[in-house]
Amino acid sequence: MFYREAGQFKTSYAADSAILPIRQDRIFIIALLLFAFVAVPGLASDYLLSGILIPFLVLSLAALGLNLLTGYAGQLSLGSAAFMAVGAYATYNFMLRVPGMPLLLALVLGGLSAALVGVLFGLPSLRIKGFYLAVATLAAQFLVEWVFTKFPWFSNDSSSGVISSPVLSVFGITLDTPAEKYLLTLAIVALMALAAKNMVRSSLGRAWMAIRDMDVAAEVIGIRMLRTKLLAFAISSFYCGVAGALYAFVFLGTVDAQAFDLNRSFQILFMIIIGGVGSILGAFLGAAFIVLLPVLLNLAGQLLHGAVSSQFMSNLEMMIFGALIIFFLAVEPLGLARLWQISKEKLRLWPFPH
Amino acid sequence: MNPQHKTGDVILAAENISLSFGGVKALTDISLDVREHELLSIIGPNGAGKSSMLNVINGVYHPQQGQVTWRGKPRGAIHPHEAARMGIARTFQNIALFKGMSVLDNIMTGRNLKMHANFLQQALWWGRAQREEMAQREKVEQIIDFLEIQAIRKTPVGRLPYGLQKRVELARAIAAEPTLLLLDEPMAGMNVEEKQDMCRFILDINDAFGTTIVLIEHDMGVVMDISDRVIVLDYGKKIGDGTPHDVRNNPDVIAAYLGTRH
Ligand SMILES: Nc1ncnc2c1ncn2[C@@H]1O[C@H](COP(=O)(O)OP(=O)(O)OP(=O)(O)O)[C@@H](O)[C@H]1O
Ligand SMILES: [Mg+2]
Repeated sequence: MFYREAGQFKTSYAADSAILPIRQDRIFIIALLLFAFVAVPGLASDYLLSGILIPFLVLSLAALGLNLLTGYAGQLSLGSAAFMAVGAYATYNFMLRVPGMPLLLALVLGGLSAALVGVLFGLPSLRIKGFYLAVATLAAQFLVEWVFTKFPWFSNDSSSGVISSPVLSVFGITLDTPAEKYLLTLAIVALMALAAKNMVRSSLGRAWMAIRDMDVAAEVIGIRMLRTKLLAFAISSFYCGVAGALYAFVFLGTVDAQAFDLNRSFQILFMIIIGGVGSILGAFLGAAFIVLLPVLLNLAGQLLHGAVSSQFMSNLEMMIFGALIIFFLAVEPLGLARLWQISKEKLRLWPFPH
Repeated sequence: MNPQHKTGDVILAAENISLSFGGVKALTDISLDVREHELLSIIGPNGAGKSSMLNVINGVYHPQQGQVTWRGKPRGAIHPHEAARMGIARTFQNIALFKGMSVLDNIMTGRNLKMHANFLQQALWWGRAQREEMAQREKVEQIIDFLEIQAIRKTPVGRLPYGLQKRVELARAIAAEPTLLLLDEPMAGMNVEEKQDMCRFILDINDAFGTTIVLIEHDMGVVMDISDRVIVLDYGKKIGDGTPHDVRNNPDVIAAYLGTRH
């Protein structure tokens, strides 16, 4: 009833292919962005900003990157954390070794370094698919972790590859409060999400989906397999690389290569499985879910006044994840984003059954 | 029924093509040519090598022997995407739509060769990217009108009935504005009414745009009715090539179809 496009007639193709064709969606997103940019920094506690919102945004960005590659282009990857690590270590070194290097430029260069590594490990995708490709990206995972631990040059000779955040400043403003760091992260993530949405609704996104859905037909239509797949690896890894740098310097402050281990790659893969494979919104929903679940379980544990051990709670967390992943893989492969869409469709008809 | 004078020069010539898979000989020493603007049908019993021939023409299969000449120039072993750039489009015997996409997006994908914006322009939805998207959308809408699928343009193709999926696949193929259109059993599994519609579309494409069409079809009534020329394959060999009338009276063809040979 309230969520209807009745009376909203599209009079041009431009209006029909607008980023959010339905007015209610537009209003919702604008309100959400206003709230996130204006209200949240003032209202939210430092814990909420640094402990929940920043990691949520950063991991959403990584999930977005993986979703472009796996959800849209259909190339399964278990190397997301490796590309995050490359982004983090490259950004660190650009800041360290190039005097006067601005943070934003270093982030872009870090992202580009990750893109380069992504392309390299994407090369096997021309020959292999699915499970076997995932194994090939696993090689990236182990190799990258090993390189950053083994060669102290990358971490400026610190022990066991630990790197610490440089001074974060943007346009001369030093970011030291959680609210400032949050705003930087939010701005970057919002812009990159918009860019991702634009790519997937234009010919590049269609080429990716075409390869995913039916690769022979895609080639017969004139899509170049090599270029399109490698571009997916490059762009996806760029997103992961920027996310990795933000994760290292804006969220944690100090990290070593183990912060980007295989578990992290799986965590990001689970985000897109739960949130929705092949959906921009899904990356955010999945990240929100995975960041919030332990927090909520923790709260529940406190409410029970230690009646259950923290050990039990963390086991419970694993069980819930496991169950949900099986549920989404088996029952609703398009994840929370699809459930959201279905409820919107219901809402459109409500209160009439049809 | 179809005037012969409309056909032009040979645009594609296959010379002595042989193709085998392991021990299976799919095509044996086949030569054929395709003339501009004609509607050429390839017929033959199951497993005769018809689909394989189309796959050779658009570079999906590479024959062990023989070569394909495109507009007088030998082509060598090409990739399907290069065939697309030469102006060859096709539909598949088993529907090969992009299942996760809407009808509109499937057809838009058919026009990807007309779009040249780079990914940065697309990411920013800026300049050329936006202009192209609108211009191509307009063309796609014309195709949607032409094939009478306005009502389903936003539907995910997976939800469509079989007959409509076939029609969307045709739409995607003609979206590329091909010179040569290869149709692999576009009417298989359709009822009479759907077949009539499909025939009308094929003839319209041939007439209105001058598109050269190579059609594989099992329904002899349809083939004899709409083709300018018919080629008959049997066990990977060419056993007939001529007007529908000639082919119908060719003793080898009759034998192949009645199963008296072999
Ligand atoms: N990719 C492949 N791998 C192995 N054998 C193949 C392949 N493609 C075709 N064949 C074989 O080549 C022969 C010709 O097949 P083709 O599909 O060209 O026949 P067709 O005339 O299209 O038949 P139908 O009317 O059943 O579609 C068959 O024996 C088939 O099994
Ligand atoms: Mg066939």
